[in-house]
Amino acid sequence: MGDPQAAKRHVPHVSGRYALYLGCTAPVRALNYERAARVTAARLGIELVDVNDFGCCGFPLKAVQHDAALLLSARNLALAEEQGLDVCALCSSCTGTLAEANHALQSDEALRQRTNQALEAATGHRYNGTIQVRHFVRVLYEQVGLDRIRQAVTVDLSGLRLAAHYGCHYLKPVDAHDRFDDPENPSSLDRLITALGAESIYYEGRDQCCGGGILGADENTALAMPRLKLERVAAAGADALVIVCPFCDIMYELQQRRIERIYDTRYNVPVVFYPQLLGLAMGLSAEEVGLPLNRVKSKKLMEIAGDGRAQG
Amino acid sequence: MSSRGSPPGDLTDAAIPTDQTVPPVSGGMDPTFVAEIAAEPGGEHIRRCFACGTCTASCPVREVTERYNPRRIIHMALLGLREPVLTSDFIWLCSTCYSCHERCPQDVRITELMHAIKNVAVRHGHIHPSFRTQVDQLRQHGRLYDITAFENERRVEQGLPAITEQAKEIAAIVAATGLDELVGTQDG
Repeated sequence: MGDPQAAKRHVPHVSGRYALYLGCTAPVRALNYERAARVTAARLGIELVDVNDFGCCGFPLKAVQHDAALLLSARNLALAEEQGLDVCALCSSCTGTLAEANHALQSDEALRQRTNQALEAATGHRYNGTIQVRHFVRVLYEQVGLDRIRQAVTVDLSGLRLAAHYGCHYLKPVDAHDRFDDPENPSSLDRLITALGAESIYYEGRDQCCGGGILGADENTALAMPRLKLERVAAAGADALVIVCPFCDIMYELQQRRIERIYDTRYNVPVVFYPQLLGLAMGLSAEEVGLPLNRVKSKKLMEIAGDGRAQG
Repeated sequence: MSSRGSPPGDLTDAAIPTDQTVPPVSGGMDPTFVAEIAAEPGGEHIRRCFACGTCTASCPVREVTERYNPRRIIHMALLGLREPVLTSDFIWLCSTCYSCHERCPQDVRITELMHAIKNVAVRHGHIHPSFRTQVDQLRQHGRLYDITAFENERRVEQGLPAITEQAKEIAAIVAATGLDELVGTQDG
């Protein structure tokens, strides 16, 4: 499985040390994800540095006022730059928002100057455009790499049939993400899943959005979107839906019982963050990857976690 | 792609729990409207649209409700239907998935264009209440969800570091960009 894009695209240099950007959702709604990301990163030699003063990435303000959103992004980029660190984010929307702002500020000097003027006046920070923004799963894919991940696997996940959900802002807009994966037919998450020995299955509507972006604006419409995904993933007989974003988790897992009530049905689709799977494959315990916090229980994953502990 | 444009009677029709009526278009045509959108960051490419409908065919929101139709919104804007667009509910229904953004053959940059239209709506006093709440939350806590003592206890139980909210600089950005006025100044 060669990557025809790889030769063409320019991937800026990144270090093995990152400022960990938790965002708003993960640290209060997806502690399982955060826990699994931290422990797997440590085991794979990726150093994640906490920056307490990070605030909102700016995503919610894009609909309200462009400049305010850009200033919130620039503030976070400046905080990471002050530490001399690239940003590694857990939330796809945060990654997309920060990467998009970074792309704009790095490629338009006049915009950067205007933004810095306002940013310095309001906060005392300025951003010089020297860092990169990465999603944690992209770091696993590009920097740790599939070979090292395969080597780290000690627990066989073969027999698991998993449905990859890339979501939107992990990939798009592609310019902000250096076109690291194809938005129409992405493969990074499938490759990461198969590197663990599990099967990544095809299902209808793989590219469908979770609807999280309109949950506040129109709940019924928003919930009709994850309903379609859950319906299709259940129909495909997946053992779990594999996600990389805490807001997708809100839609598919936290809202799953509610969607089942609204549509008078039962999906019972376990939802798992990729780093949780990775950790289990590396022999970490259910607790170490936060599996007890997953709301829709997967008997298969719990059994695998039990095996992993026995071997480790 | 295979999931788009499904035939009637299948899952996608059953998935529409909301009001399907399409709002009627009324109101005068204002030629300054499209210029105002085009002057907004992200709105610059609106006049490139040749109405092919790739956006609407790609839209996962349109898949579940007829109320949201990006081609229709862009065409209404190009016709200068200022009030029907700015006062509508439907401009708030873009989930920002970027599917249309990536596929648009004219590089209209539709996700950013939708943001630009919403920014214009906000400037003219039409903000969706959920965003008012979010601005207020950011001003007070610097984040969309508070980090309460309870949240920090849960974090520490999971072996995760506690977080101290730092709202001051974010409140300063909200004030400096004039967003305070959107949410009122009740808590200073």
